[in-house]
Amino acid sequence: MSFFGRVGLGRNQSADNAKERLKLVLIHDRAGLSPGKLEALKDDLIKVIEKHIDINTRDVEITLTRDRDQQRLVADIPLLPSKGRR
Amino acid sequence: MSAQVITITSGKGGVGKTTATANLAVALAQMNKKVVSIDGDIGLRNLDVVMGLENRIVYDLVDVVEGRCKLRQAMIRDKRFPELFLIPAAQTRDKTAVSPKDMVRLCDELRPEFDWILIDSPAGIERGFRNAIAPADMILVVTNPEVSAVRDADRIIGLIEADQKGPGKLVINRVKPAMVKRGDMLSTEDIVDVLAIDLIGIVPEDETVLIASNQGRAAVLDNRSKAGKAFTNIALRLNGEEVPFVELDDRDGFFDRILKLGRAGGDS
Repeated sequence: MSFFGRVGLGRNQSADNAKERLKLVLIHDRAGLSPGKLEALKDDLIKVIEKHIDINTRDVEITLTRDRDQQRLVADIPLLPSKGRR
Repeated sequence: MSAQVITITSGKGGVGKTTATANLAVALAQMNKKVVSIDGDIGLRNLDVVMGLENRIVYDLVDVVEGRCKLRQAMIRDKRFPELFLIPAAQTRDKTAVSPKDMVRLCDELRPEFDWILIDSPAGIERGFRNAIAPADMILVVTNPEVSAVRDADRIIGLIEADQKGPGKLVINRVKPAMVKRGDMLSTEDIVDVLAIDLIGIVPEDETVLIASNQGRAAVLDNRSKAGKAFTNIALRLNGEEVPFVELDDRDGFFDRILKLGRAGGDS
């Protein structure tokens, strides 16, 4: 680290890091859904959706988000090109 | 007269609940209020030593609840303030000896005679915590600028809201302004932003708190104590006074500066 970083002219990142980690852990705590449970939910969701439509299972993303007072479960599920289409 | 019941809680242990309770009790007594503080930590009695009243205990909270003594007999009068009392926790008995209903009944009996009833909650979210919040009119949630402490504060806020006791007011304890300034400690703004409840006090890390508690006296009695001043400000806010939040002094101590210079000259 540079001299200026050490004497405090540069900004350390640890408080920002703390805030980001805190926000993430609270999103899971508040929803009562641990990252492990979220992963299990994702697997179940993939199984159900796959019965009906071809999806790119590797790129499925399920995330918990929070805006103001509303918690949201967001699923981003990319589809595979449809076989029936020509 | 009907007292307001204030419960001081945190979820995580060691963030300064007992220190806050003792200091707020003394600060309110200094303002000529009639105050009783109750140690809610059954099995781990501590408020007595922080207030310097440990040698006077005869009866405790469980003795009152189980009818072995009158309420008055378990109330220990402070050495300096004749209108300040402590009801100590039992040390050896079963934690389930006291119920939330018992606490409500006890506080109802005390209310007519006091201005303020302060309850020092135990850490955790079990029975002792439930007992402590049952009679509360207002809950102060104490936290430190640490991820673990803020996380637990969030849990507590959720629980007191579910119990219709919310939202509570936040006390951020043991803040080191110099660390906040250089980006190595969560700031007051960060914590308030994440927890989204009203702030009632910011207390700086301060050696005078330990020095005072070594002697069984509250830091608020020491005019030079910055933490003591912060607790007095919280007491004023409880009394409905508008006290602005002042910027904490971010100057490092003399030795911190020497250390920093030493490190700067190192392997950079």
